Amino acid sequence: MAGLTTTKQAHVSHDLGMHTEALRGKTQQRFFDVTQEVGGYGYPDALDVDFNKRAELDCEKLDTKQINSQLRDLMKRGYGTIVLQNPGSKHSIAVGILNRLNLYIEGSCGYFALGLLDGPNVKIKGRVGWACGENMLSGTILIEKNAGSQFGAALRGGDIVCKGSVGARTGIDQKGGNIIVGGDTGSFTGFMMQRGRMVICGNAGKNLGDSMYDGTIYLGGEARSLGVDAVPGEMTDLDHEWLTRKLKMYGLFPKKGLGHFKKIVAGKQLWNYDNLEPGEKKLVL
Amino acid sequence: MCGIAGLIHRNGSGNIGQEMTQMLQSLKHRGPDSTGYAIYGTPGRNEFVMRFKVAEQEDMAKGFDIQDEVKRRRAKVEERLATLGVQIIDKDDVTDYAFRYRIQYDGDMKKLADYVEDVEGTEILSMGNSLELIKDLGDAARVAQQYDLRKFKGTHGIGHTRMATESDVDIRSAHPYWAYPYNDIAVVHNGQLTNYWMMRREFERRGHRFMSNCDSELLAVYTAYNLEHGATLEESLRQSIQDIDGVFTYLVSTKDALGMAKDTMAAKPMVLYESDDLVALASEEVAIRAVIPHEIDTWDPYDEEVRVWRA
Repeated sequence: MAGLTTTKQAHVSHDLGMHTEALRGKTQQRFFDVTQEVGGYGYPDALDVDFNKRAELDCEKLDTKQINSQLRDLMKRGYGTIVLQNPGSKHSIAVGILNRLNLYIEGSCGYFALGLLDGPNVKIKGRVGWACGENMLSGTILIEKNAGSQFGAALRGGDIVCKGSVGARTGIDQKGGNIIVGGDTGSFTGFMMQRGRMVICGNAGKNLGDSMYDGTIYLGGEARSLGVDAVPGEMTDLDHEWLTRKLKMYGLFPKKGLGHFKKIVAGKQLWNYDNLEPGEKKLVL
Repeated sequence: MCGIAGLIHRNGSGNIGQEMTQMLQSLKHRGPDSTGYAIYGTPGRNEFVMRFKVAEQEDMAKGFDIQDEVKRRRAKVEERLATLGVQIIDKDDVTDYAFRYRIQYDGDMKKLADYVEDVEGTEILSMGNSLELIKDLGDAARVAQQYDLRKFKGTHGIGHTRMATESDVDIRSAHPYWAYPYNDIAVVHNGQLTNYWMMRREFERRGHRFMSNCDSELLAVYTAYNLEHGATLEESLRQSIQDIDGVFTYLVSTKDALGMAKDTMAAKPMVLYESDDLVALASEEVAIRAVIPHEIDTWDPYDEEVRVWRA
């Protein structure tokens, strides 16, 4: 990504736990080799910003298009720390940001906030509506209050954290990254999960992990029911280490420790699994 | 898509017409085809407000004779009201085709409704001691201006912005629906009911009337049927989650209560704000923020959740 040094990028991704994922399944997650990619890889729309340049944007009288275009304009001018005031629960705020940015949202967002991100670190003082952080590739989103349904849908990387409770279908189609919920979550959480990790500190609704292909769900409370092909897994030392690090990082480590946490994984009876690439399959067959 | 909203003042009344207009206008993007209100004002002593229409808005542009036809239909309605012993206290010509009558009547409400609706093109939009149901084509700002709703004071209300999908863009397919023939009960719905025709045929065999082909009307008929058979509002809402197939979130309002129910999949949105003074709920938080501009704590009710609040 533009504007990053090799050392910094490696450091951030290691902090996020992205290099310690133990992945199985048909397709393996591959990471860019930062020593080779710097200078050779970057989004055409990624912008160089300076975290020491700070700007505030009052959204009260602006519509979504105006907010997003003024946000982009500030980043073009090199602002790397931006505060959005009075977002007023408007929809689709701060979507498609493909560079590093410290973004503070002082209020609540509506539907589809922060979709398609790759890089920013975002803190939201209020709540978010449906589908927050959809398809995020990297970065962090930290929400102080509650979130709506489809929280972190199709997440591919980074951390998306809600300190309150979230709605139904949390992390539907999750393909990587980490979803962390401080409170409860609704029905069909982890539906068709493919990779990544999800932590629910409270209770889950019915059909937790329904039709999950892979990935791991950690549950601090109780699930109303497990979904099709979601089965209990065995908590290992690595699981404890990872959970401790992540929950402490976001101030969600429970006072009573992690002894009550359960692990849910895919039973792998529902789908036809193999790890072979098409070329390898030809050889075998 | 459609948008729904509800508001209830827990301690006295407020500017419910203005508040519901602000909420519904902020949901315009979910459905600009028609907008409807079921709002509850001060109950009149021994009297009802009957809101009815004798033609659709689009009929008014269909030729030179329609004005005479509307006059003829209205006269016929008044003649039938007189036949049933209904005393008209006052009349309000809100539009060329929709009217508001204050009436006194102590007879069978179903008989009155059936007799009046037998007049061609006529539909009773609502009958209530405190309910007034207003719906028409266009967004909330337009309907509020057309029906002078911004000054309306009351305790609670529900509303709907409609994106027509499976039935026409007209007043009869607009929400809310009055729970014929029960006074002061109305329903708004966001979703799609997949056993609509099966249940409709069942209710028609039992003598219930349907004025439109909109699946949401089923919820009004269903609620009326349950209340007729002694269920409480909460029991009816809870039972509907088992009986109704499809995806839905819907609101029901009565003379002194507002209730909501969400389907088993939680497929349709609802955001809820609750305080000691006020409960506001809507398909999107932006509607709640239209009446409560400061930062508030809101949450999404879960699947199969049923709630009832009293005014």
